[in-house]
Amino acid sequence: MSEEEMIEEQLKNNIFLTTVDAVYNWGRKGSVWPVMFGLACCAIEMIGAASARYDFSRFGMEIMRASPRQADLMIVAGTVVHKMAPQVLRIYNQMPEPKYVLAMGTCATSGGPFPGYAVLQGIDEILPVDVYVPGCPPRPEALMQGFMKLHDDIMKQSIKTVSWYQKEEPA
Amino acid sequence: MTNAEILAKLKEKYPNAVVDVPELIDFTVAIEPSALAEVAAFLRDECGLDYMADVTAVDRPERFEVVYHLYSIKDKTSEPFVLKVYLEDKENPTVASVTPLWKGADFQEREVYDLMGINFEGHPYLKRILLWEGFPGHPLRKDFENRTFTYEELKPTRPTEPDLM
Repeated sequence: MSEEEMIEEQLKNNIFLTTVDAVYNWGRKGSVWPVMFGLACCAIEMIGAASARYDFSRFGMEIMRASPRQADLMIVAGTVVHKMAPQVLRIYNQMPEPKYVLAMGTCATSGGPFPGYAVLQGIDEILPVDVYVPGCPPRPEALMQGFMKLHDDIMKQSIKTVSWYQKEEPA
Repeated sequence: MTNAEILAKLKEKYPNAVVDVPELIDFTVAIEPSALAEVAAFLRDECGLDYMADVTAVDRPERFEVVYHLYSIKDKTSEPFVLKVYLEDKENPTVASVTPLWKGADFQEREVYDLMGINFEGHPYLKRILLWEGFPGHPLRKDFENRTFTYEELKPTRPTEPDLM
């Protein structure tokens, strides 16, 4: 049997060809760990999405990390008031790269029904948001749709160009 | 002791302190601001009003009103005895603190100070309780322009916390 024939034979037995990016991103998207952190009523829906009926551990995100240093995803679930905003930013800054932000609900997206002195008009003023989930509050299905959008985004990234592997600090 | 009896007793003891008995849903008595500390101590010790449920304030065009809701646990009252003081000085409204008499007034007076800008003389720790020290203005005042603020706009008003970032 020639070498080429051997390779062909092997390929038939559970050898697959793929790209590094696809494998790497597939692994990453299947283990996105969110920070355990909620601000308002959206957090209740987030807890609903975590518990048995909806169960987002199916996405490999069963562990809500109590420390931002072990988390990849920040679900900003609820109204961000100005007094809380520096603390939210502080949690974000403690997360290691790669990190993603999901703005859950109308308040985190745009301030929602609170156009007043106390409320930050959208978390995107201080954080780079990857996914916005509309709703007041969004149902667990909507939150999981947001996770899947985030997974799509993760799959589009390339190990060659992602900012956290560059020699230079991202701007 | 009923609220009417308390008022009669108060009028007897401090004839000049009561300035107004407005006809409101709750039994309300407005007193002279300078007499507040003395009258409050009298109401607590002599009239059985041992429980201070609320401190709040009203912004009227011509004055501020500070409102205290008093109950008696001892006499099991269900109707509040509403004590008011009228503060004519709109620029710098100041009134004596009742925290030395009712400990429960502590945080509520701080809230009134924070949101309405009324100074409570003799308060043990008169700092803002909901907003941070340095926030521009007192949001519950009628002349406060309620608008949205950006994060950057409020940043210089925050106390510096070097370990924050």
